[in-house]
Amino acid sequence: MTVAPTDLAVLAAPRERSRGVWAYIRRHPTIVIGATLLGLMALMAVFAPLLGTVDPQALAPVQRLRWPSATHWFGTDMLGRDIYSRTVYGARVSLTVGISVALLASGIGLVIGLVTGFSRWTDAIGMRIMDGLMSIPGILIAIALMALTRASLENVIIAITVADTPRVARLVRGVVLTLRELPFVEAAHASGTGFFRILWRHILPNTVPPLLVQGTFVAASAMIVEAILSFLGAGTPPNIPSWGNIMAEGRSLFQVAYYIVFFPGAFLSITVLAMNLLGDGLRDALDPRLARRM
Amino acid sequence: MFSYIVRRILATIPVMAVVALFVFSLLHLSPGDPAAIIAGDTATAADIARIREKLGLEQPLYIQFGTWVWALLHGDLGISIFTNLPVSKLIAQRVEPTVALTISTLIVSVLAAIPMGVLAAWKAGSWIDRAVMVFAVLGFSVPVFVLAYVLIYVFAISTDLLPVQGFVSIRNGIAPFLSHIVMPSLALGMVFAALIARMTRASMLDVLAQDYIRTAQAKGLANDKVLIGHALKNAAVPIVTIIGIAIAGLISGVVVTETVFAIPGLGRLTVDAILRRDYPIIQGIILVFSAAYVLINLLVDLSYTFLDPRIRY
Repeated sequence: MTVAPTDLAVLAAPRERSRGVWAYIRRHPTIVIGATLLGLMALMAVFAPLLGTVDPQALAPVQRLRWPSATHWFGTDMLGRDIYSRTVYGARVSLTVGISVALLASGIGLVIGLVTGFSRWTDAIGMRIMDGLMSIPGILIAIALMALTRASLENVIIAITVADTPRVARLVRGVVLTLRELPFVEAAHASGTGFFRILWRHILPNTVPPLLVQGTFVAASAMIVEAILSFLGAGTPPNIPSWGNIMAEGRSLFQVAYYIVFFPGAFLSITVLAMNLLGDGLRDALDPRLARRM
Repeated sequence: MFSYIVRRILATIPVMAVVALFVFSLLHLSPGDPAAIIAGDTATAADIARIREKLGLEQPLYIQFGTWVWALLHGDLGISIFTNLPVSKLIAQRVEPTVALTISTLIVSVLAAIPMGVLAAWKAGSWIDRAVMVFAVLGFSVPVFVLAYVLIYVFAISTDLLPVQGFVSIRNGIAPFLSHIVMPSLALGMVFAALIARMTRASMLDVLAQDYIRTAQAKGLANDKVLIGHALKNAAVPIVTIIGIAIAGLISGVVVTETVFAIPGLGRLTVDAILRRDYPIIQGIILVFSAAYVLINLLVDLSYTFLDPRIRY
């Protein structure tokens, strides 16, 4: 096959990455879609009082079980509370839990992963504990912890964090074990670089990309677990509207008033979808080798 | 080989020990008096004393743990606080619906997901591939109870094709059993199928890039023989691994699915136990579910040698 010189030139010169917003969106559509949806949800959560909502806890027994209409966009529940307002305010709980659990689990998991990745002695014990905790289905850990403590948003966050941390710790440990054997770390070690400097300059920066990806997936699953806990009656207390709570209240009425379950369910699904899209996109962007396969 | 099996079985002991330690310490790690927590807000001092007596809480911790483990090893999971019945008996009564739901979900999702993943990898980049990937992302994002309600609306409320909820034992006829179990299995299986389809696709893409696949195609072997006989067989190990790991998610989903569909299984028992703060039941259920998970993953590990004879230990 003959190759024209111009073709060779095209192949040889590294194609300059097109810049600009549109080029970025074309390259990573899922990051942009996910981040935009999440941004909208976050804005909705922050500006909930300004979005035509009423007090989400305001009772109006006269107006109970109204179907969606111009006055009650998403209808009312059996106590006459406005579902639209409750759903908008519910975004606060979901996002707070998702982001808090992701941050806490990543932070604690990072520390455990670093320590066990570097010390054989703690590794043997630490990883057995992580294996044990990981063989308990996450929701059961959260349920058990919630059954013991008073229902509150903080306890929900702690319970889900306990369930999610072992996975992060395992991930970080794996990354550390791989990095330790790589030539650039050995070279740093051989040239007399101190332990903490190696940790800070060479190991830590390389744990950030996988942690970022894992963090988005932890956030997505934490939002689902919060909704499930609240749905089962072991999560966010009833005086705070959360998507799981609203669905739990609509459970017994599903056959006559399915809109009560539908709206919070749809918002929850969209938010989790956005989080997953962001995570998928980040993984593709940060690990191009994997991107072609998954 | 034999020594590997023995070592692998022994390795489950420390894992189960950690599970047991976690389950035991739950009550004692929590702030406040365990007996008062179990008794609830409306309990009298006599109630609390009675519960403390029943759980042996006045003894030193290590003796409590020893007695508890000893009973555990004899199949004694304690006595339910609310019903006064042995926890092992309560669990045994509720096992059947949960096992039926789990197995039917496994069958439905594996049968749907593996062909999807194989097709997507074979036609990588085509609309089939895109459709499977969209299914995978959506399936992963719609929570099981949201999907459950959508199914109930479509198949039970607006069309009346299937019963809204409930469970019928297989002993009372195959048809009623299937009509009750199909919706819960679909709802619960969605996440699972999404995960397996994704893993199958990734694993198949790896294998399809190998030389021996090109050789098989070059010698004129039919596509289905290449895909199933050569490719899928070699792609099986990661797929079986992810099925084993995802069982944990499946168990979590069972609790919710049983609640939505009013299935009287272990999940319902869990939810009732939470509402009554019947802690021995919660402890027993965590132990049983975790043991099941550990056992399944033991079987998965042992299956590698049969799936891939190249693996030697």
